[in-house]
Amino acid sequence: MRETNMKKILISLLFLLFGTSVYADCNIKSGSINILANDFPALRTFVETAKGCKGSADFKVTHSSEHNKIAVPALTANPSEFSARIAANSSIVPLMNQDLIRPLDDLVKKYGKGIQDSQLITIDGKIMAVAFMANTQHLYYREDVLKELGIAVPKTYEEVVAASEKIRASGKMQYPYAAAYKAGWNLAEEFVNMYIGHGGEFFKAGTAQPSINNTKGVATLNMLKKLAGLSNPDYLTHDSEAIKVEWESGNVALMTLWASRSGTLLDDDGDAKITAATKLTGPATVAGGNIPAATLWWDGFTLAKNRSDADAEATFRALAHAAANKKMVADAADQAVWLIEGFKPGPKSIGVIEAVKMKAKPYPMLPQMGLMHGALGSEIVEFLQGKESAEQALKDVEAAYMSKAKEQGFL
Amino acid sequence: MPNKTFFWFFLPTGLAMILFIGLPIISTGIQSFYAQHDQVVKEVKKCDPFGCTVSIVVDQEKTSKIREEKPLGKFNGFGTYVDRNHLAIEEIGKFWNETNSFEEFVDQVTNLPFYKALIFTLTYCLFVTPNVLLLGFIIALSLNAVTRRIRGPLIFGTILPMIVTPLVGSLVLFWMIDAEGIIGANLQMLMDDPYLSLKSSKTLTWITIIIYGIWHHSPFAFVVFYAALQTVPQEPVEAAIIDGASRWQRVRHIVLPHIYPVVTFVALISLMDNFRVFEPIIGFSAEGSAQSLSWLIYDNLVNEEVILFGSAAATSMMTIVGIAILLAPVLIRTWKEFRTAR
Repeated sequence: MRETNMKKILISLLFLLFGTSVYADCNIKSGSINILANDFPALRTFVETAKGCKGSADFKVTHSSEHNKIAVPALTANPSEFSARIAANSSIVPLMNQDLIRPLDDLVKKYGKGIQDSQLITIDGKIMAVAFMANTQHLYYREDVLKELGIAVPKTYEEVVAASEKIRASGKMQYPYAAAYKAGWNLAEEFVNMYIGHGGEFFKAGTAQPSINNTKGVATLNMLKKLAGLSNPDYLTHDSEAIKVEWESGNVALMTLWASRSGTLLDDDGDAKITAATKLTGPATVAGGNIPAATLWWDGFTLAKNRSDADAEATFRALAHAAANKKMVADAADQAVWLIEGFKPGPKSIGVIEAVKMKAKPYPMLPQMGLMHGALGSEIVEFLQGKESAEQALKDVEAAYMSKAKEQGFL
Repeated sequence: MPNKTFFWFFLPTGLAMILFIGLPIISTGIQSFYAQHDQVVKEVKKCDPFGCTVSIVVDQEKTSKIREEKPLGKFNGFGTYVDRNHLAIEEIGKFWNETNSFEEFVDQVTNLPFYKALIFTLTYCLFVTPNVLLLGFIIALSLNAVTRRIRGPLIFGTILPMIVTPLVGSLVLFWMIDAEGIIGANLQMLMDDPYLSLKSSKTLTWITIIIYGIWHHSPFAFVVFYAALQTVPQEPVEAAIIDGASRWQRVRHIVLPHIYPVVTFVALISLMDNFRVFEPIIGFSAEGSAQSLSWLIYDNLVNEEVILFGSAAATSMMTIVGIAILLAPVLIRTWKEFRTAR
């Protein structure tokens, strides 16, 4: 007992020493920093680390799961409300479309010590964002349930369906599968994953013309419906948080969920038995394909264009400090798959690492993709409810997308 | 009130209305006739941690030049109004020619987003408004008959649903009707159906939202009716009692005619409120089964990563027109009464 206490004291002392020396490095004298970010543990850690080097600059942060809704209006204002926005492959697109973020080449050259080249997001030769973590959706399973019923860990969605049916037949669980199928963004994301797993393309090559009404699209919808049939009947209202709760209540044995949520699933809260039996594996493939039915995501920071150079500089220095912080990566190795030098992947990063190994595709970074995503989120609901055919649903998606794309000037 | 006094009395309100309601509506109207400029895109190399690809982006140099020249966008006339996501004139014509039965035609039309939303909005209005009036009136009558001592706390309890923020109120109910919530689980037991889910079926979701709407709006009707009941003169009521009129007859022939103008007022306000139904859809996460016109506007503004100002503006204008059409009968009637009264 005493020994562990001594250890704790030693560690905190080390923290203090190390901490102060790191903070001293930044030496930001002025400027104001205001960051907009999504809300999950890894991003909080990242922003906290950046705050550690704010120096005498003003520091504010807004963590919100509604970040997508405020980003464009807030950055359009001049001066912009936020000096930085933590974005991902999809959310950087509207910022690029509206020309709301600034190239970072000069700042990276000046203050980007320690940032690896692989972290830089370059578009047309200009650095537009600095990535610091990777994310994907992959499978989680209950080891105890699968073992008891003699089911091998599923590698494909066909196996997921078979395994779920077996679990249901055993009477152990009524709704053994879960994924975030909430109508809107989440459901559309599941379609995107599954469609990419089928090898589908969203647009006719080189144009903004939709091309999802095909056999791959139909197969995608049918697979989603099969999985929905094995999920809680309220699936259309379930987002990532809701299925996390389902999992922690022990109602689910197989689940597709973001890698960034693994930390909260495997922490000490909740039923220890379920936590101990919760295991992670890579994303599943579908229809005999090689690439997983999942998309790779990066999270990185971008700087607002409509903000003074002084603020941009202060913000960049604080965030760059976090984006090249080996200590943060070591301390929070459980929270995310960091793209930062010095990261040693632990058991919680299996999902993303497997996805990269299996050559998963990144989420398409096309200017019109947001419109397609939006159309998918509302138009495929009726198919899942059994009210219309897959062909009709896909036709509706294309028609809804075309109207929006015309209004937006893409067609 | 002399016209001059009325004018000065009304001026501050009128100015505020023009500034905060009139001008935004005009601006929205103008916006609805414009679409975004044609996007100029170019092929570029994109690199991220997962590798490099050739992809397309919006050409900012060229786009910003076009935007500076015409910041409102490209004039589109009624283009947005008639496109597939709104009135869908062309599509409806096509359905009319292609479908074999009227039923099929209706099916096709109600599959279009605008009509889907319109039908829910109207259904909500038609069920909630009369029930709110009825329930509000019954509660007001009953409370009016209760002894004064316990009336205060009772009134407070009755207006609670209105005090609770709509979003919070719907969230509370949302959790209660969850398959594991108190109402959801009991319903399953009562119906002896472990698969019963109020959230997965479209009909049940609609019913839930409508019941929520009645629960939330009744207190408003109640408060207004209760106040009106205090002004009912006692003499005719007493006379009616002596004449042997039953309670129902007294309500029917004395109370109702007396508070009739107030009923019209409450009906107007509830119709307007209900036509803009929005919060319960968010609170109940019911986007999959129920969409209203207000929800469509919200969806165009925030749910997409690309904001569709033209679409949102067009739907807003059509909502205003819709409210005007709905209110027309009541307004015409009030106007006629006003004329005869003079």
